[in-house]
Amino acid sequence: MAFINKAAREINCKIVYYGPGLCGKTTNLQYIFERATPESKGKMISLATETDRTLFFDFLPLSLGEVGGMKTRFHLYTVPGQVFYDASRKLILKGADAVIFVADSQEARHDANIESLDNLRTNMQETGLDPDATPFILQYNKRDLPDVESVDDLNAALNPRGVPSIEAVARTGVGVFETLKLTAKVLMTDLRKKMGSPT
Amino acid sequence: MVNPQMVMYEEEFNQIQAVVDRLVREANAKVVFIVDKNGQLIAASGEVDNIDTTSLASLTAGNIAATGGIAKLLRENEFATQFHEGENANIHIQLVGNRVILVVIFDSKSSLGLVRLRVRKASEELSRIFEALLSKVQEPGGDSPFAEITDEDIDNLFND
Ligand SMILES: Nc1nc2c(ncn2[C@@H]2O[C@H](COP(=O)(O)OP(=O)(O)OP(=O)(O)O)[C@@H](O)[C@H]2O)c(=O)[nH]1
Ligand SMILES: [Mg+2]
Repeated sequence: MAFINKAAREINCKIVYYGPGLCGKTTNLQYIFERATPESKGKMISLATETDRTLFFDFLPLSLGEVGGMKTRFHLYTVPGQVFYDASRKLILKGADAVIFVADSQEARHDANIESLDNLRTNMQETGLDPDATPFILQYNKRDLPDVESVDDLNAALNPRGVPSIEAVARTGVGVFETLKLTAKVLMTDLRKKMGSPT
Repeated sequence: MVNPQMVMYEEEFNQIQAVVDRLVREANAKVVFIVDKNGQLIAASGEVDNIDTTSLASLTAGNIAATGGIAKLLRENEFATQFHEGENANIHIQLVGNRVILVVIFDSKSSLGLVRLRVRKASEELSRIFEALLSKVQEPGGDSPFAEITDEDIDNLFND
């Protein structure tokens, strides 16, 4: 649920990175944090286990310039991907204005991707988000690894709605900002529609 | 609409700011801030320059979400109040109208009793303001802040 502050002329939105364990959600945020200009970013918070797995969430606030005289602020969150953290995942997903599903392109993770996407649908329904109407972007990550599925196969398995998908290597930053930019555009367009545009 | 957007207007914003400004003084607090349940900072007052309010907002919302989840498992109503005592700083977290979170950070210059008392009064005022705000947002025909935003504006958002 976006928070539009007319007094401060600010639009605040929440973007959630979802996906199976170890698919690279935290790596996406880390890359954005490293590369964003100091003025545009706040602190990155990671609530993680001792082995660097996300325990509750990662959080990164980011400003992306102005639109129509309003400042835009995006709150980026990642969920914990490990199956047994489902309760926490649901809490983080709540109120999302857009969801980025990070898939792990490795063949060995085929089933994990499908299971996580299924879990996303269920959790969206349970938290009052319409899975078919909420802005949604797919990222096919880890394209640098040897045993990856083709984009066609990934689309066939994960993308029946035909939403935009982006290939990425989050570890080196390939596709990371493209994914975020595209998501922000889809989100703002959707928000404008919800708020009632003049056309 | 599944999720009505939260819109803050100048009038209510000033009223809310006045409540937190007064709460800082009357509770002898260091910092007071208000966050929505999604972790968006709504207003802050006090020694905010020495403190990362954005991070605090996100963490308190996460905290409230987690304890809310625990409450649900126990078939409890949400735990509306939390208090954490540190060596120097103490933090009092109050859920207001099940919608926003009122956070008071204070040290030995104040006391839990005083903070509780002042928070109770402020919560009632804030509840009223947010109720009024919500009915205003749901009124049809309000001017959309997006009225002047074009596709091009959105495209340009990132081209820095
Ligand atoms: N080769 C390769 N490794 C990657 C890529 N992206 C992430 N990784 C690595 O994958 C591992 C897991 O990445 P994380 O970002 O922690 O994964 P996560 O999705 O946050 O995992 P959880 O927090 O458990 O849900 C790390 O060792 C990353 O360096 C990539 O594009 N290519
Ligand atoms: Mg992670």
